[in-house]
Amino acid sequence: MSSVPVGAIFALSLAAYAAGAIASLASRRKPALARYVCCSAALAGGILGGVAAVLAILQGTPLRWSVPSGIPLFAYSFSYDALAAFFSLALATLVTAASIYSFGYLKEFEGKRNLGLFGFLFHILLLSLAIVFTAANAFLFLIGWEVMALAAYGLVTFYHEEHETRRAGLLYIIMAHIDAGCLLLGFALLIQGSGSAEFASFHGAIAHLTSGRQAAAFVLFFLGFGIKAGVIPFHIWLPAAHPVAPSNISALLSGIVIKTGIYGMTRIFLDSLGGVPWWAGLIVLIVGVVSAVLGVLYALMEHDLKRLLAYHSIENIGIILMGLGAALIFRVAGHPLLAAVALIAAMFHTLNHAIFKCLLFLGAGSVLHSTGTRNMEEMGGLIRPMPVTAFCFLIGAVAISGLPPLNGFVSEWLTYQSLLAGFGATAGLTRILFPLAGSMLALTGALAAACFVKAFAIAFLALPRGDESHRVHEAPRSMLVGMGLLTAACVALGLGVTWFLPTFDAMTDQLLGQRVVGHLISENGFVLSAGVPHSGTVSPAVISAGLLALLLPAVLMVSIGTRRFGRKRGPVWDCGLPRLTGENEYTATAFSKALRMVFSVLYKPRREIQAVFDVSPYFPKEIRFESEIEPTFEKRLYAPLQEFIFRLSAKMRGIQAGSIHAYLAYIFVTLILLLLFGVRR
Amino acid sequence: MTEVLVNSVLQLVLLLLVAPLLTGAIKTLKARLQTRRGPGVFQSYRDIFKLLRKGMVVPETASWIFSAAPYLVFTTATLVGLMVPMTTTHAPLSLFGGVLAVVYLLALGRFFLALGGLDTGSSFGGLGSSREMTISAIAEPAMMLAIFTVALGANSTNLSEMAKVAVSQSWRFLAPSQMLAFAALFIVLIAETGRIPVDNPATHLELTMIHEAMVLEYSGPYLALIEWGASIKQLVLMTLLVNTFFPFGLSSDWTVHAVGVGLTFYLAKLLLLACLVVLVETTNAKLRLFRVPELLMVAFILGALALISTFLF
Repeated sequence: MSSVPVGAIFALSLAAYAAGAIASLASRRKPALARYVCCSAALAGGILGGVAAVLAILQGTPLRWSVPSGIPLFAYSFSYDALAAFFSLALATLVTAASIYSFGYLKEFEGKRNLGLFGFLFHILLLSLAIVFTAANAFLFLIGWEVMALAAYGLVTFYHEEHETRRAGLLYIIMAHIDAGCLLLGFALLIQGSGSAEFASFHGAIAHLTSGRQAAAFVLFFLGFGIKAGVIPFHIWLPAAHPVAPSNISALLSGIVIKTGIYGMTRIFLDSLGGVPWWAGLIVLIVGVVSAVLGVLYALMEHDLKRLLAYHSIENIGIILMGLGAALIFRVAGHPLLAAVALIAAMFHTLNHAIFKCLLFLGAGSVLHSTGTRNMEEMGGLIRPMPVTAFCFLIGAVAISGLPPLNGFVSEWLTYQSLLAGFGATAGLTRILFPLAGSMLALTGALAAACFVKAFAIAFLALPRGDESHRVHEAPRSMLVGMGLLTAACVALGLGVTWFLPTFDAMTDQLLGQRVVGHLISENGFVLSAGVPHSGTVSPAVISAGLLALLLPAVLMVSIGTRRFGRKRGPVWDCGLPRLTGENEYTATAFSKALRMVFSVLYKPRREIQAVFDVSPYFPKEIRFESEIEPTFEKRLYAPLQEFIFRLSAKMRGIQAGSIHAYLAYIFVTLILLLLFGVRR
Repeated sequence: MTEVLVNSVLQLVLLLLVAPLLTGAIKTLKARLQTRRGPGVFQSYRDIFKLLRKGMVVPETASWIFSAAPYLVFTTATLVGLMVPMTTTHAPLSLFGGVLAVVYLLALGRFFLALGGLDTGSSFGGLGSSREMTISAIAEPAMMLAIFTVALGANSTNLSEMAKVAVSQSWRFLAPSQMLAFAALFIVLIAETGRIPVDNPATHLELTMIHEAMVLEYSGPYLALIEWGASIKQLVLMTLLVNTFFPFGLSSDWTVHAVGVGLTFYLAKLLLLACLVVLVETTNAKLRLFRVPELLMVAFILGALALISTFLF
């Protein structure tokens, strides 16, 4: 195969997004047409992008194009290498599923919302994402990055008439600019060293940097990409912004937009810099652990379905960073093989999280579409009116909890294995950190399972809690197809992991000079091992076959019993009360009460109970219950910061007198200072 | 391939037969220690058999999840049993899942059982599910730390490999790290199998129960599957403890003599561990629910100490 088709197909997919943006805007007066244009163009772009990515991965040779722009340091350079192809594949998968879903989902916007504008922003977001993953010039990358942030801002604030949405949008755009600023400074450091803004010129840059500049570059890039990825403590915008967007957008934001941070870290730390100091790897690992544990703990306290999912994104970014941090440490420690396994764990979890988080947000979108609420406490019993959505959501929930045999389990298993290998591969006290990180991963996994028991059971099982349940309906077919695709991907990537893994060979070869997948697969591809002999093996395919085989006798036993002795439906034990109603059920708040008590040091919960009574406190007329947890980061970190900035601004007001003479003087003084600075050099 | 199948079937039979026996033995021992006569060692078989021959009532409010849960509890526990070495160092399915798969498969069963508890709409089910998921979440890091300590010693998470290494150094359990890890895993065993002081398997008082609250609405064959699954899970966890820390009698070859010796030693070791469990159950009172995390924190610290001491010694 020649390399022409990949480039051409990729360019076509970019063209599809660009055309979609313009055509959506042009057809804004005809909502039905705008919806079809928007979704079909995205579908076409997604499929084309997917084909290009698959072809590029199969060919395995990196492609580069560069068109000079005439502006110094800037060129339209694209590089379609293994890393870019992998993230483009993730993007294409999600876009395909989300655009099929949107055919049905966007229908309710018709006549109420500006679908033309929505389509425009949606396609600009997709276009900028495709550029971010393939740009090979620092400025092209930054332009893509900024356009992505702006398009995402437009989509986050799509329901702009709500105060909460506008506030979330503001927070998001502030954080997006801080991260872009950090990146600009970081790239400036690299450009100063190499004299060019091409990514290729940065290659192995760490060797030419002094240790102070290494540290500065690491901190700037880690801040910039970390804010975008939503790592704790820079996460506060994420649970605010993701839930308020339309659900198909939330799915893409949590599924792929935050992964641009992971992409950036991998690209810069492993490819451009070619390794970071060991303490930097350690910071990535520790920040990963903190994000994972705190992310899931905050998720547990949410009863807004979409906010809960947003907090789980933070958790999963943490899990990805554990793998990435381990890879960075192993690379410095001189264990490229282990580094490759850890990198595969991180990248595979990136893809898996993209898929199941997109699925879960789309599921939440169907629920929201049908019930009109994000509050889980008002849902319940949705499995009956919405069986397909419930099934898809359940598969997503099992996958995100890291339970076998689905894809989440496999990538967490690989992460465990690389953390365990870290104990033997490093020296000194840091080696203790690896198994400790592993145990925190176990805590995260178990808490995630608890959280998704809550989310699924409260929303979908038992009796409806609200009184609006009669008009709840299953989502339209296109939405089900979109979710079904991702559900199938969760199962396929779990059971068929060993057939998918060779995809990573080109990437680890490019970034670490190692091809390890051959060591990871044994027994005709049925068994996944951890790379080192005897280290540990697992086979999701055999596990699921075993579960099915053992199911047979169990079903037989039960069915013989029920055939002879009967199976009937009866009321639930209600302690003798006149029938159980939705009001007697356990709620999401009640379910998480035990954990709220256990981790009260962190949550600092506050509750208030007020009873209104006429005669005796033993016969209250009504009881008001209020319970909330302290938003620690907002209160302890960001509130003082905000106050400081406001105080500083108030002081600055003095020099902004409004007099033109004063401003002319400022300009003059600045000019003199700059001239002096220039002469001195 | 055929060898794997034959081994699997043999171990499956052993698993299904020994699990209720162990539960019965624990009940009888406990009764004797409390100067009661007790129901007899074979009572658990009779219970399961009786439940299989009962009609069953499924709550009107429940969906298919309620019916799926018993199957998943039973199949995951049984499958996990095939990954753990019992009489020889070789477990039939150890190649297809090591200790991480064991922990996560058990978590899969628990996930669905908790959903089943909530599916009925009864508050008891929700209460049980909430507590079960909470306690298992806090137990998980302690369990993993202790397991990691053993796995790092054996340089593998594969249970057969771990057993082989244990056999090759059978007095290793005297090392401080192993003792600490054993203590941590023992506390986790108590918590995971729902025994005093964490949960009371004999209680039916709403406010104190955990596991029993979750399965309150199950009856007939479904309850049989859950009870059987729970006893298999208990057997698996106890097997994990006795065979990785005290590998006496485990042989690596498949002769009738070796398997016979292995089986005898295995049952004796299980009985000893059962005595220890009974002793703890009889001499302790059930803890308040919110004191349980403290106990599990102790297990976590023991696990961390175990890890640090592998590093020191």
